[in-house]
Amino acid sequence: MSELKNNERNLGTQKYVFLKGSTNPTTAMDRFKQVIKRTFSKELFVGLKVVFLQMAKGPKSWHTVKYPQEKLPISPRYRAVHKLLRLLESGNERCIGCGLCEKICIAKCIRMETHYSETQRKEVTEYTINLGRCIFCGFCAEVCPELAIVHGPRYENASEQRAHFVLKDDMLTPIDMLKNQDEFPGFGALSDDADKKVKKTPLAY
Amino acid sequence: MDAVIIETIIKAIVIMAVLSALAGFGTFVERKVLAFMQRRLGPTHVGPFGILQIIADGIKLFTKEDLIPQNANRTIFMVAPIITAATAFIALAAVPILPEFEIFGYTIRPIIADINIGILYVIGVMGAGLYGPLLAGMSQSNKWGLLGAARTTVQFLSYEVVTGLAILSPIMLIGSLSLIDINNHQSGGITDWLIWQQPVAFILFLIAGFAETNRTPFDLLEHEAEIVSGFATDYSGLRWGLFFIGEYTNMITIAILTSLLFFGGFNDLWFIPGWLAMILKIVFFFFLMLWVRAAWPHIRPDQLMWLCWKVLMPIALLNIVITGLVVIF
Repeated sequence: MSELKNNERNLGTQKYVFLKGSTNPTTAMDRFKQVIKRTFSKELFVGLKVVFLQMAKGPKSWHTVKYPQEKLPISPRYRAVHKLLRLLESGNERCIGCGLCEKICIAKCIRMETHYSETQRKEVTEYTINLGRCIFCGFCAEVCPELAIVHGPRYENASEQRAHFVLKDDMLTPIDMLKNQDEFPGFGALSDDADKKVKKTPLAY
Repeated sequence: MDAVIIETIIKAIVIMAVLSALAGFGTFVERKVLAFMQRRLGPTHVGPFGILQIIADGIKLFTKEDLIPQNANRTIFMVAPIITAATAFIALAAVPILPEFEIFGYTIRPIIADINIGILYVIGVMGAGLYGPLLAGMSQSNKWGLLGAARTTVQFLSYEVVTGLAILSPIMLIGSLSLIDINNHQSGGITDWLIWQQPVAFILFLIAGFAETNRTPFDLLEHEAEIVSGFATDYSGLRWGLFFIGEYTNMITIAILTSLLFFGGFNDLWFIPGWLAMILKIVFFFFLMLWVRAAWPHIRPDQLMWLCWKVLMPIALLNIVITGLVVIF
């Protein structure tokens, strides 16, 4: 392959290396030579050295996350248990009861009851998501015109009772916690540092 | 005479108690060392540094149901683990672990029986230990068990040959089979160690020892990825635990034998007293087995046989011939 500059080939900055497979020895002498080479090439001892150095490094080299005590940070785009957001200005629920999420839900796990209130506004009386059925596809958050239903970061949703999977009050931002509500940038929005994380696809391969 | 009998019984009980405790501790050390080498934590929750994990495991093993499969040969199935554990302990009868010491003005030699064919006896009894996995695998009417048993026979029998031939050349130099004599022969400091005269024999013995104790890279008997758990597939609870104790006791025995044969045994080393030197050597060889397990992959059965019969055995024979010529001339 002729020398092309990386930007011409749309490669990333990382170095890709072609690996040439070794050919199997055919004659008995070649096989013997291979055995001798492998026996005395110290490869085995390199392996021993590597694992010993890992042990000697001690706690620095440990990868274990003690899960219930320690938790890994998750992406802001993580699709876990849903949240129902409020409007920051008035504290009203964002949900306008249009029912699009109920329609688009492919697992048929969203159910809502609406009625017209005295002010002729549509009001949501019941809003339930059966998390036992939900496949967390994200369609409801994608279709929501008001950014009312979004996915939150709460992924520990095991429960002893199915009734716990469906509560509206758990999803809705409490009125006194309105200050802490994160604004949702819209479904599929990129994180701030997305450019740094994405590598260019090596099209040449 | 009575005193000798009582002393022997006490020694036997002490060795059994200490060695089975050490075998349990060995499982903990193995898990911890493997974890550190693979960048993990290992057992941490039970006790300080997870050391009480041994007790937790013990409770689990003791209280588990003792399953005997429907089509198994009951008697043989029940006896087989006992053979493994018993031969592992019996082999230690002729192995001196520490130098002589005095307690309440009474000199104690930490060896149960100083028989003049010590090493032959140890190797022989350890060889008889192959009946444990063999009978276990044959009796349980399980194809993985059967395959495990077949591999056991093939592997242990082949590597017995290499072990025997490898230790033959040091024995020719020493002129005695007693492990006490072998130890005393190397009493003149580090230059007297047999490793300098017999490096080839040492490597052969170590490789064969790994194969006989069923350690990586020769852990074909119960290799999970291929034959579930080999001869131990149908075992549970305490009987499975007996296999484990046997295996770890054998590891300790091989570590002791290597230290005694090639590394000066329990003779004083510079300022280090003999008993401490011996324990350090045993710990090192035990650690080496865990270390190798963390680093190396295991080999195929055909490679195992190829290595034994086409490589190790000719080298061992050559080593014997050369040693013999050196001894004569």
